[in-house]
Order: sequence, then C-alpha cells, then structure tokens
Amino acid sequence: STTMLCEHFQSKSINFLINLSLDRCSLFVCQEQIEEDQVSHRSSTSRLSRSPLRGVKKVKIMQCKITLLDGSDYTLNVEKRVKGHVLFDKVCDHLNLLEKDYFGITYRDMENQKNWLDPSKELKKQIRTGPWNFAFNVKFYPPDPSQLTEDITRYYLCLQLRDDVVSGRLPCSFATHTVLGSYTVQSELGDYDPEELASDYISELRFAPNQTKELEEKVMELHKTYKGMTPAEAEMHFLENAKKLSMYGVDLHHAKDSEGVEIMLGVCASGLLIYRDRLRINRFAWPKILKISYKRNNFYIKIRPGEFEQFESTIGFKLPNHRAAKRLWKVCVEHHTFFRLVSPEAPPKKFLSLGSKFRYSGRTQAQTRRASSQIIRPAPFFERSSSKRYNMSRSLDGGKEQFVLVKLIAKGDIITTVTTEKKVEEDKSEQEDTHKDAAETPEAAATTPLRQDTKDTEPSADAVKHQTNISEMKRSFLETGGSTPGLTEWEKRLSSSPVHSPRAHEAPMIEPLEPQDVSCSPYIITDGATSSGPHGISLSTTMDDDVFMDGTLKEVEEKTPDSQDEVSERSVVKVSPGAVRQEVSQAISDKKGTLIILKDAEDKEDTEGKEMSTLDEKEKSVVPREHETDKNDMLPASMGKEMFKADTSVLTEAQTTEVKMLSTKMEIKTDDMIPLKGIDSPKKAMASWISEEVKTEASEVISVAAKEMKTSDGLKENAEIFTFEDIQSEQSESNLVQNTQQFSFCCPLHISTTTCCLPSFPPAAAKPSPDIVEVATKDMPVVHTETKTITYEAAEVDTNGDADPGVLLSAQTITSETTSTTTTTHITKTVKGGISETRIEKRIVITGDADIDHDEALAQAIKEAKEQHPDMSVTKVVVHKETEITPEEGED
Amino acid sequence: MAGLMAGFGHYTHAVVRGIPSSLAKEALRSCQAEVDVAKARREHDAYVEVLRTRLGLEVVELPADESLPDCVFVEDAAVVCGDTALITRPGAESRRRETEAMKGALKDLNLNIVEMTDENATLDGGDVLFTGREFFVGLSKRTNQRGAEILADAFKDYAVSTVPVLEGLHLKTFCSMGGPGLIVIGSSEPAQKTLKIMQQMSDHRYDKLTVPDDLAANCVYMNLPNKGHVLMHCTPEQYPESVKVFEKLKDHMLIPVSNLEKVKVDGGLTCCSMLINKKANN
Repeated sequence: STTMLCEHFQSKSINFLINLSLDRCSLFVCQEQIEEDQVSHRSSTSRLSRSPLRGVKKVKIMQCKITLLDGSDYTLNVEKRVKGHVLFDKVCDHLNLLEKDYFGITYRDMENQKNWLDPSKELKKQIRTGPWNFAFNVKFYPPDPSQLTEDITRYYLCLQLRDDVVSGRLPCSFATHTVLGSYTVQSELGDYDPEELASDYISELRFAPNQTKELEEKVMELHKTYKGMTPAEAEMHFLENAKKLSMYGVDLHHAKDSEGVEIMLGVCASGLLIYRDRLRINRFAWPKILKISYKRNNFYIKIRPGEFEQFESTIGFKLPNHRAAKRLWKVCVEHHTFFRLVSPEAPPKKFLSLGSKFRYSGRTQAQTRRASSQIIRPAPFFERSSSKRYNMSRSLDGGKEQFVLVKLIAKGDIITTVTTEKKVEEDKSEQEDTHKDAAETPEAAATTPLRQDTKDTEPSADAVKHQTNISEMKRSFLETGGSTPGLTEWEKRLSSSPVHSPRAHEAPMIEPLEPQDVSCSPYIITDGATSSGPHGISLSTTMDDDVFMDGTLKEVEEKTPDSQDEVSERSVVKVSPGAVRQEVSQAISDKKGTLIILKDAEDKEDTEGKEMSTLDEKEKSVVPREHETDKNDMLPASMGKEMFKADTSVLTEAQTTEVKMLSTKMEIKTDDMIPLKGIDSPKKAMASWISEEVKTEASEVISVAAKEMKTSDGLKENAEIFTFEDIQSEQSESNLVQNTQQFSFCCPLHISTTTCCLPSFPPAAAKPSPDIVEVATKDMPVVHTETKTITYEAAEVDTNGDADPGVLLSAQTITSETTSTTTTTHITKTVKGGISETRIEKRIVITGDADIDHDEALAQAIKEAKEQHPDMSVTKVVVHKETEITPEEGED
Repeated sequence: MAGLMAGFGHYTHAVVRGIPSSLAKEALRSCQAEVDVAKARREHDAYVEVLRTRLGLEVVELPADESLPDCVFVEDAAVVCGDTALITRPGAESRRRETEAMKGALKDLNLNIVEMTDENATLDGGDVLFTGREFFVGLSKRTNQRGAEILADAFKDYAVSTVPVLEGLHLKTFCSMGGPGLIVIGSSEPAQKTLKIMQQMSDHRYDKLTVPDDLAANCVYMNLPNKGHVLMHCTPEQYPESVKVFEKLKDHMLIPVSNLEKVKVDGGLTCCSMLINKKANN
C-alpha cells in the first residue's frame, strides 16, 4: 500500500527501517547459570521466580569433540548457547593449562577452512553446520618460548610444533628434522636404552613429512647423546631450535597481488610477510603498518611513509573470497594486538563505527606474561604421551594448512578504531625516539590530512616522484586487476622503502641498521598524530557490499576535522534534536544507550578508487587521539561526524551492523535537506538517534505497542517479537518526498510452553510527533530520479535468519492516516522452536516537500519506539529514499 | 647438544680452483680490461696461501680448466650452508660446466648435494648473501627468481628474501658479511638502496659497516679457532679509504689481500673460495 501511495506522486522518498532486538543472550546465559552454576543462583533467582515455567528442558546440550594437541579427542557437553570461552576454558582445565592465552580453539567451516573460535561469541552462532568438532591449537607462537612460565605450556607448544613440522606447515631441513626429532624422542622416551627400547623404536615416531630410514638413524644417533636430559629440558631444546625456523608461527594465507600473481601472506608476531612461492618478497613490520582493512575479497594495508617519503601508501591484496579476506584481517588484528599492544583495545562497542566489532579480546602477550609470573602452583605433573599418533593421517590437510578466524555474520563492515599502541618490551628507544619526534614536530600534528597522502612539512625533491609512484600503486591496487605500468616489483617495494642517501665523506663506522620503524619515526607524527599515535594502527573493515562504497565512503569524505566544531555547536543550538542528542550523550556515557546516527550524505566528490583514503580520513578526523583516555569527550565529535553507531548494551556483542546502499549515488539534494530549525549545515543531512534514555512523548501507535509489551510481560511465558510499523506520509506541492520509516522490535524470550496469549491490540491512529511531520515547504524542482536504500542490521539478532520460519500465530495490520502521513502498524506473531515471537513493524511514509528533515524524522521515530519498548532492541534500520517518478519497494 | 644456526663463520675447508690461461681473453667482464694472467695467478696463490697457511684451512685445490675461463671463481658454482651444498646453475652459459668439478669436490667432503636441474633457473653463488640467520638472494643478470626459489627449497630452515641488484654484477659485489650480524656495504646509492630493502625484509637486526668503495665491501669473514674474527679484505693500494674503515674493527684479525687483477674480470675476494664447515651440526 505504501508503494501504491508513492506511485501517485512524483515523489522523493526515504524509507527507514529499524530493527530493535532484546538482548537475548543475557537471558539464556542466565538460564544456563541456573542449571550449571551454583554461584550465579542469586543473580538468577529473580528471573527464575518470575518465570517458573521456563524450563530446563529447553536448554539444548551439544556434544563437542575437541581434538587435542596430542591427537586424542576430548568430548564434553556444553549448552548450545554458551560462548566460545566456556568451551575453551573447559578444555584448558582438562589440560591443566594456565598459560592459555597462547592457545585457541579452531573449527572447520563449510569451506573446510579452519577458523578460530571467537571466545566472546556463542558457539551456535559460529558452528553453523555439521558436527561440533573442534581442535585445540596454538594461536600465538611465543617468539621466545623460554619465557613461558610452565613446562606444561612448553609441552603443549612442542606438541603443536611437532604437528606443524610433520604436516609440513613448518618446513625444515633434514638436519633440523634430525635435531627436533631427537629431542622429541628424548622428551617422550627418555634416555636411550638399548635394553629397553626395541631396535626400531624410533620408527614408531614421526618427525618429518617424509620420514626416511636415514633420518631415523640420525635421530637415534643424536638421541644416544642426550643421556640424563629431562623431558622438560629436551622440550626446551626443541623449542630453542624450532623458534629459529623462518616459518615458526607464521600463519599463511593465499592471496594475489595487484597484478594477479599468486602470493602468500604470512601473519606472525613481528608483522606481515609476503611470499611468492617460498621466497620472501616483502615484509611489513607492525610498526610500519598504519591500518589494516578489508573490503569484499580485498585486504589492504596502509603503510607508513619511509624515511624520505611524504606519503602513506596503501597496498591491496586479493583474497580468494570475502571470508578469506575477513579471516586474514582478524588474524592480523589479533596478532597485532597480542604481540604489539600492552592491553587489548576496546572493541568499538560504544563508539560508533560501521562494521565488524571484532577485536581481540583476550590478554596480550605482555599481560599473559605478567599473569603467568604470578603462577605459584608447583609444577604440575603431566604425562607425555607417545607421539606415535603423529601418523600421516593426522596431517592430511597438508603443508599449507591455514588457520583462519571466525566468520562474522554481517556482510558489510566498517570499523573505525584507533589504538594508542605501545610497544611491549623491546624497542624502548624507539618509543623515546617517537616521543622526541612528537615533541619536535608539534605542527605536524595539526596538519590536516589530505586524502591518502599526508603532506610532510618539508617536501623533498623526490616528493613528486613518490607521489606518482604511490598513486600509481594505489590505482593499480584499487582498480580491479589493473596492472602497474612502469613500476616494477622492486620499484614498488622501494616506493615504500626508504632510500638511504649515502653518507658523503663522514668516516663510516659500524652502526646499527636502523630498524625501519625507527627510521620512519619522524613521519609517525605526521600521519599518526591525527589518527593513532606513534604506534597506532587502525583495524578496519570496509563494507563488502558493492553498493556500499559509493555511499558511505563518500560520506566519509566530508568529515573534515573542522566539521567538529560545526557539529558541537549545532548540538548546543538545535532545540529538539539537541535535547535528544544530549540525552543520547548521557546514555552513551552511561554505557546504556544505543546511538545510531544516520547521515544522508550528499557527496561533494566522487571518490571512487579512494575508499581507503576516505575511510582513513574518517578515522583520523573522527577519532581524536585521546580516544583511549576519554571516550565521552569524543561524543560530540562523533555525533558531528555522524558516524553510525550501535551499542552492544542493547545489541548483543555478537551482532554486527550491516549497511547497504543500493544506489551508487547518494545524491540527496542538499537544498532538499535544509533542516527545520535552520541550524543544521545544509551540506549535511542530519543524523538520527536511537536512545533508550530519551524521554519524550510518544505517538499513540507506540503506546499501543507498549501496552502489548506489558501484557506479554505479565504473561511471562510469552516470547515476543514486536514488529512495529509506522508510516507517515506528507505531501507538498512541488517536491514530494516520501519518507518511510519502519521499525522492527524483536523481543524473543525463552519460554517453557508454546501457549501464547495474544493481547488485544486496538488499532490506533498514528500521531507523529511534530518533529517528524514538520515540513518547511520549499519550491524545488525535481531533478533527480534515483533511489537509495540503507539497511542497518543487527544480523545476530535477526531471528528470521533461521531456516525455520516458524508457525504464524497471527498477523494484524492497522492503518491510520493524518493529513500528511499514513501510519501502518503490522503485527505478526509466530512460534518457532518453543519461542514465540512478536514482531512489530512500523512504517512511516512521509510524502512531502524536499525540505523535510528525514533524518530527524527517523531519529524521532526511533527514539519514540525505543522508549516505548525498552525491552527491545533495534535490529534493523532501513532507509529508503526515492527521488523517482516510479517509486519502488524500498524495504528489503 | 645439537643446535642449529650456530657457529657463523666457522670453516674447516676451502675449495679453490686454478686460473686458466683463457681467463685473460675469455673470462667474462663488465668492462674491457687487459688481464695479466701471471699476475692474476700470483695474486691467487697468495690468496690460497692465506687460507692454507695463515688460517689453517684444509684447502682443496681444483685444477684449472682452459675451457672454463671463469672457473677460478668457485663461489658461483655452489652454495654451501651447514652440511648441504646446492650446486647452482650459473647465469652465464659459458660457466655452467664449472659446477661439475665443484660437485665432485663437495661430494668428497660428504656434503648433501642438491642440484639445480630446472632449466629456467639460474643462480650464481655471488648473489647469495648468508647472514647466519637468513639468506638474501640478489636478483641480477645472473640470478633469477626461480633460482632463488630452488635455493629456498634447499635451505628450508631459513628465510630467503630476494633483493634487487641495481648495479654491479652480483649482490656480493658491493656487500658481504663482516662478522656475525655485521653487513659490510658499499656507499653507492644502489648499494644503500639494496641494504634498505634487506633491512626491511628481515626479522633480524644487523649492524652495518659502510665503506666508501663498493668493491671493497666484498670481504671474507671467518671465525676460526684460536684466531677469532678474521677478515680478509682489500689492500690499501687498491682502496685506501675503505681500508681505513676496516682498520676500525678492533676485534678482527685483518688480512689485506690483493685483488688487483681478478677484479678486472669482476672477481671479488669471496668469489675465489668456497668455504665449508665440515663439522656443521655434528
């Protein structure tokens, strides 16, 4: 009907769809605690007493099989909804392992790729198909295993490395096979004893992918010389040799470079290694990398300028698919955090960003070392089992096995996060250098970043050349499959590697080769000041939806630092939205609120091929340096930037945000967007907010919905998904702008019975708040005919994502009209697997003059919806704008 | 205790080869120069004498082969690391057969022989810089990617990074190891550029010793029992400024070795011997 309505007019329309969802996880976790955890009884009792019928029967227990490092399987049962860390902790308990931060659990996805189980996500959301089979593995290979506190930890690391060697993942020479093999034998069998050991005792063990008699004989020869060596000593020797191997702890990923050449990307403790066949053709130490990101199947690293360069450069790699790109990105995020940071950066929970919230949430190496130094237990006794199990069948996955990370659900992500990175132990001098440089170049920090190239304050003679090279590089990376004419592999490398000018006649002395991160420290300030500090690195995912990049990324384009002032000023002056904003701010600082700021950006420039840079601009300008120290301070700025934001206090941590823009152009006429109160910059369509904290009067429709909530709440057993639809339409003479706002509230509750009571739901007339409907009429000829849809979706909470659509209990549609709007409320109830859902969709169609502030309307609608449904969360927001004669259905 | 990657610069044996008369006219060279074979032979004899007498290495001398004018430069015919010897496939076609005698000699020394049979691969030992922790392979007129790949397969323990040789014949024409973790490098821009790349590619830290003359950066480092750090380097007659730099190495036994004639056919000090540690990993 909405569409029909639209078709009557030559209209511009904007549809907003917002899904809100209750944090289900907390409920289920709670329930699990009731069963399994005595300690948590207290906290659970209130809920328990309120819902006595909610049964234990509903808790699904899954059997998990974990293949341990010694090749044995450990089977245990866990509740289906527990998070990954529960499983991990149980396995570590079973293994008597305290220094567990180096380890992780892997599972195979549908493509048989190994993924790391995310400890902070529910198991069931990670294991989509197949049996619940896992493997326990080393995730972060300590560069110096002798610093591990306990022998038992080293033992497990040895087991992992033995498998790495036998499988071929860790290539070694014949000599190394004999050495490692001999220590393995000593560790497992003890001293060589011809009386006790059969003559072929060594043949039962596996040391190499292709084990020969000659190898076994050499191993035996060495073994004979180790008399008296304890197993722990043998393992220490094993590790001292293994850690020197060039592929120790390198996690390889297949990729192609910009010219389509097959390469491998290796993630390790020190950074990112680039291999072509077995040759290392490049290396990017973590300090050299400013930002890692991915988009679709592309993986990007942004490189700090070298010693004599002015410009950052971005290098792109093609991964086999999106999932592979994301896996690689996550592995990088985790390795960088673990090995380079003192403490993990906070996930972008409160602070808004589009896209993956994934961050490494465990302890860093520095933290785990500190923690392990507190271990006071006596060295635990443990049995070293025979390595017989290292037979070929165990290593069928071959030499190029890749560890990969958990797939998130959302398709498109942008993460904007800036970390104040501190190098852990080594390179203190580097830090000092950096600080010194920071002090020396204060003006650099104030430099406004220009696109991808941060201008140096003193351009050298090579500047132009470098710029050319880099832009060529960029072009070739960003254009699909483009070649780089005139740039050889070496030139490319050189362009990101500083050229050292020969020292003229000064007497040469032995001097340390400056580590690159030091040598480029002067530029750290220039490019890092606005973003991430001396060792900062931004971990970004960009939207993978094709349609997205031309939208939001362009939007980013206008986020110049000076807009901050503009915005903060605005937030003071503007009356209604300002008030909202304040409350939202409060909500954010209370860590309670959810803030979604939508911006309909008209774009000043087309930025195709510049996604990286614009994205980075966004980061730079949006996130001030003091990000870590005071997030609240950043709020006005963030709102000013109109960043997309979702708060996990409402949306569970597992969720992601998805944004789709179905149009390559974001051409909402600026003039069309002049806000009601005339305070907003005409260049910016204003943002919208969601906040649970906001208290203003609600429309009748929402009140009705609230009633629904109460009713069902009283029933306890009901699970509800409210779908709340509110349509407003408004029409004016010249330009017709249709504004559809659709909100979905999802509130599934676990119930013990399938009976559902349907509360009566009287139709109500929509009475949009003045903020929504108020329209300033303005004569503007319709010029453009295009549509755009943006979807912000909390994918994890979308219960409709399940294959089982459930049983429809009821469906109800209420439509009401005012002079300018049409509001349709659509309520459906379904029962699915013991969970009844009530979904309320509210669609607001505003058809009217271009001057309507759609964003404000959306903000208001969301706000009202939220305050009426505090138990629910936004799960989806769809914004559909039509500036077309033939409108189309906007909601997806 | 078995240990890997230990004992950088430890050598027990050296393989050298005589100078054929054909060297004067037929040996490859990057710039035209008259070579006095007699002088070259005297020079080479002195070099071998240092290895044998002064340093006490067991020297295996291969006879010169007139059909192989460049055969004195044995370094290019093989790469030896630990107990593995990779017999190369030299980039210059006229030098391919130099590997035969080298292979025999290395076999006799009980090294594990790996041969480079791929006809698309070329590798000169002069393009291979082993630092003790990793390999750098110069991609030059004589060495290609495939050759480097085969080297990486032969020495799996080590990272093998490729670097461009922007100028000069070989990678080691303008650099070499001057000690554990010490790279001697020429001061020319291409040399410095290459060093920068090596530095970027490496997980390890190196010190550098920059000498004014690129060719002087080619020197022979050894760590020998009872002698400690030994460095065979250019003479003051040839590169006075560079020698001053070497003389600042206080812990090294410095042995200037003349190379005036052989340098005319692009021969450096490292080129003239193949150093082997027969006790490696045993």
